[in-house]
Amino acid sequence: MSAERLSTGGSAIDRARPLSFSFDGRKVDAFAGDTIAAALLANDVAIVGRSFKYHRPRGVWGSGVEEPNALVDIAGRGPNTRATTEAARQGLVAVSVNASPDAARDRSAFLDRFARFIPAAFYYKTFMWPDWHRFEPRIRAMAGLGKVDPTWTAPEAADQINHHCDVLVVGAGPAGLAAARLAAHEGKSVLLVDEQMVPGGSLRHRDGEIDGKSTAQWITESLSAVTGAGQLFLPATTAFGIYDHNLVALNQRHQDGRPDTLWRVRPRRIILATGALERPLPFADNDLPGIMAADAALVYLRCYAVRVGRRIVIATNNDSAYEVAEALIEAGAAVTLIDMRQDGLPSAPKGVTVLRGRMIASAQGKSSVESVTLDDGTRLTVDSVLVSGGWTPTLHLFCQARSKLAWSEKRAAFLPGDPVEGIAVAGAANGAVSLSEVFTDAVRATQSPSPAPASTGREASGGVVPAWPIAGAKGRIWIDYQSDVTAKDVELAARENFVSVEHLKRYTTLGMATDQGKTSNLLGLALLAGISGRSIAETGTTTYRPPFTPVPLTSFAGPRSGELMAPVRRLPLENTHRAQGAVFQEYGGWLRPAFYGGTDAEAAIQDEARRARQSAALFDGSTLGKIEVIGPQAAAFVDFIYYNTMSTLKPGRCRYGFMLSENGVVFDDGILVRLDEHRFIVSCSTSHVGAVHVRLEEWRQDRFGRDAVYIHNATSEMATLTVSGPASKQLLATLDLGLSLADADLPHMAIGEGRFAGDLLRVARVSFTGDRSYELSIRADRAEILWRSLQEAGKAFDAVTLGLEALMILRAEKGYIVISKDTDGTTMPQDLGVDGPRTKRQTDYVGRRSLFTEVAQAPNRLQLVGLAVPDGEPPLAPGAHGILQDGLKLRSQGFVTSSYLSPVLGRPIALALIERGAARHGETIDMQHLGQKRHATITAPCVFDPSGARFNA
Amino acid sequence: MQIFTCPFCGPRDESEFHFGGEAGNTRPDGAGVPAERWAQYLYMRANPKGATREVWVHLTCGEFFVMERDSVGHKVAASQALGGAEKSE
Repeated sequence: MSAERLSTGGSAIDRARPLSFSFDGRKVDAFAGDTIAAALLANDVAIVGRSFKYHRPRGVWGSGVEEPNALVDIAGRGPNTRATTEAARQGLVAVSVNASPDAARDRSAFLDRFARFIPAAFYYKTFMWPDWHRFEPRIRAMAGLGKVDPTWTAPEAADQINHHCDVLVVGAGPAGLAAARLAAHEGKSVLLVDEQMVPGGSLRHRDGEIDGKSTAQWITESLSAVTGAGQLFLPATTAFGIYDHNLVALNQRHQDGRPDTLWRVRPRRIILATGALERPLPFADNDLPGIMAADAALVYLRCYAVRVGRRIVIATNNDSAYEVAEALIEAGAAVTLIDMRQDGLPSAPKGVTVLRGRMIASAQGKSSVESVTLDDGTRLTVDSVLVSGGWTPTLHLFCQARSKLAWSEKRAAFLPGDPVEGIAVAGAANGAVSLSEVFTDAVRATQSPSPAPASTGREASGGVVPAWPIAGAKGRIWIDYQSDVTAKDVELAARENFVSVEHLKRYTTLGMATDQGKTSNLLGLALLAGISGRSIAETGTTTYRPPFTPVPLTSFAGPRSGELMAPVRRLPLENTHRAQGAVFQEYGGWLRPAFYGGTDAEAAIQDEARRARQSAALFDGSTLGKIEVIGPQAAAFVDFIYYNTMSTLKPGRCRYGFMLSENGVVFDDGILVRLDEHRFIVSCSTSHVGAVHVRLEEWRQDRFGRDAVYIHNATSEMATLTVSGPASKQLLATLDLGLSLADADLPHMAIGEGRFAGDLLRVARVSFTGDRSYELSIRADRAEILWRSLQEAGKAFDAVTLGLEALMILRAEKGYIVISKDTDGTTMPQDLGVDGPRTKRQTDYVGRRSLFTEVAQAPNRLQLVGLAVPDGEPPLAPGAHGILQDGLKLRSQGFVTSSYLSPVLGRPIALALIERGAARHGETIDMQHLGQKRHATITAPCVFDPSGARFNA
Repeated sequence: MQIFTCPFCGPRDESEFHFGGEAGNTRPDGAGVPAERWAQYLYMRANPKGATREVWVHLTCGEFFVMERDSVGHKVAASQALGGAEKSE
């Protein structure tokens, strides 16, 4: 190659702002406005990377997102960034992919000499014995592209934006700009996006005149017409996916180091003005550095003032390369144009030699192309080869919207087939070639009555002739540069009967990797069509899936990482608990105090549990569900929802009950409070509040009706502070709560209303500890005063503040269950010893019929029991299995669900679900955990104060 | 992401909704329901390809409703409140 920067010209660069960056450790001079690829070419860097499998030297191919070769790893930006779309920035550090020590001197280049022995699927066929995984790490280390930096962390969360508009125009080339301008003029809300950093598309480097103006003038004018109407243009933004109901996802890149922004756009109408991509030509060694797309060479010349060579051969099968030839001659290069076509050729540009009816058979060169041999044997010395194998409309988004393509023999391309509702394709993406065609098409796509802009440019006289690879051709004809797939690999796949394009893709990796075959797919499937004797239309394309270009995972994650991945719910009194030395843990989605003070967790928990039984304990139970059920049919409603009959509950009283699923499994347990005739409070488990609420709503709406019952989830409105223990009544008596605490007025399982510091206070005598307990509920924002008053009053009684861990011990001593800890997805109420409603209730309730199935009445069901261990032994492991010798095999007969050391009993206690457990109290069974065997004796679940005397002590 | 129409709130993103089951799965009441009928109610689903009638819940307003949609093309035909009183596009 002998590429160089010309002293004048370059519409995209600002020569007043020079900068430099590093590529493979080498300093590269550039100007503001350069892409990395443009700057590398300006510095005559021929080899920009090494190929995936064979470590072949590769150079810049294109000028946009289609780029298969020029991938670089950029520190802080990520692997496999396309050098053709990334802006050159001062101080940027770029490293070539799959090369060591660098692209120019790659150590693994020798692999290419063995290429004939390692065709497609070689690894899978060869390394089958003894085990592929033995070879995999080394093979993977030798192949591949960029490297992920595992130490990298996102400096900040990516923004995600939801956006609605009338019209989304994808692509700000001639068609897109014209469409956006028209839509904006008609008062529609418009979002115009382009993946390039500047608008204009092909107008930036192709000749033309629009409405009597230059292309540059028309771009500026059109863009101001769009933005001047208050509409939005996003440069450097790729529409990478169309999803259900025409949701379009955009990835917006920023030049200031911010993470990319994800846009979710809901347009009423989508106009895809996504242009077309130039295809390579098939000839031997067509992947040598210095061989590039003809259109890209024109981009580098006109936008970046980079002339890619001095002695240039241009090979083409269509008219678009003629303008390239003309421009390069004017820029001082010697140009030979090789046209496959015999007839209908445009007139040859002045100074250009045109060889008609010829094509390149092979290219030669070591580190870059040095000569080409034509099909008639002529050899031409060159330093650069530009090819144009025709144009492939960019229809990825259109296909993602589940539409089909239609093959056009005339255009030698797939064009939009069946239309998709709400989506229009315009311009080159729709097969338009000349500017006037493009504009007519854009106006049609907007459904506007306005006339198209008058224009000249790109008139195509000669059409296009097929330039597909042919089976059995000599040499290595590269189909997919990025995945290192040659025509011979495609032939091999066809020979082994992988004749579906989807199989071809997976067998050879054709069309895989980061470019997803943007330049290669059509050549591959045309070759397969030829080999298998089918037409290209019959052969079809592989499925198009998002994303169109790689999207950083940070864009998809947005702010939802770290603490925000699954945010915990927090107590109103969290800061107060922290000041008291609470150590917090997450329980059922809530952050709650596990225990207070001390570094020795076990000692602190034991101490709290012991002292709670002695005098008084304070506990924050604010997370308990408080769902109000109100209305004329409230009583009938709770009867249906609960397993237990609830309508017989008297106002002012509380009852413990189960809610079942329709399959009879215990879904939740808790206290139901009846405030008055038509008003209940469902106090459900902390972790189940949301699910219980939805369940209540479902049955209310489906079975009872909107006017019969009303449901209100008041869980977060009220804080609940619990005072428990033998001294709890005396402790409360020191405070002015505005209600009588006499047991006659407020007996166990009753609720009373009082006032504290002017606020409504509900006092419920329900107990989860087994001791006399009072649950005080008050509006959440006033809970702190109550908590401080309780703490103050507690000093005289040596009251202890309980964390959740100590509470777990107290409830286990009483045999009280925690749903989905002491129960599982098979546990029915009779397994928990609550069989009354099942056998006695006459009215229907949720889950009832399931309690009478064969399985529900099986004799060997797992039932809740307590387990005692021999004196002096430590607690059983939660999850330890009760085991049984069954013939020659051991089998499980249940498992430990909760296990603690009880300070008040001075021994370990456990709850378990054991087969037929209720009838086996006193029996000693074998336990096993992680291979260790122990014994345990089955007891009743409740091992402390079984008579319940302490409720009133 | 699809757009569903809540009969009460209008068109919203699918992330605001939860699937509630196939519509028309009537609950047989009573302890004497035959086991086959009860199993049908609990477990058997038609899972049609094409036009479906489904119960969905709009989580942000809490209302359950019936939605008619196509399980292949994902086109939403109509939504109606339980009981069929209100109808919307």
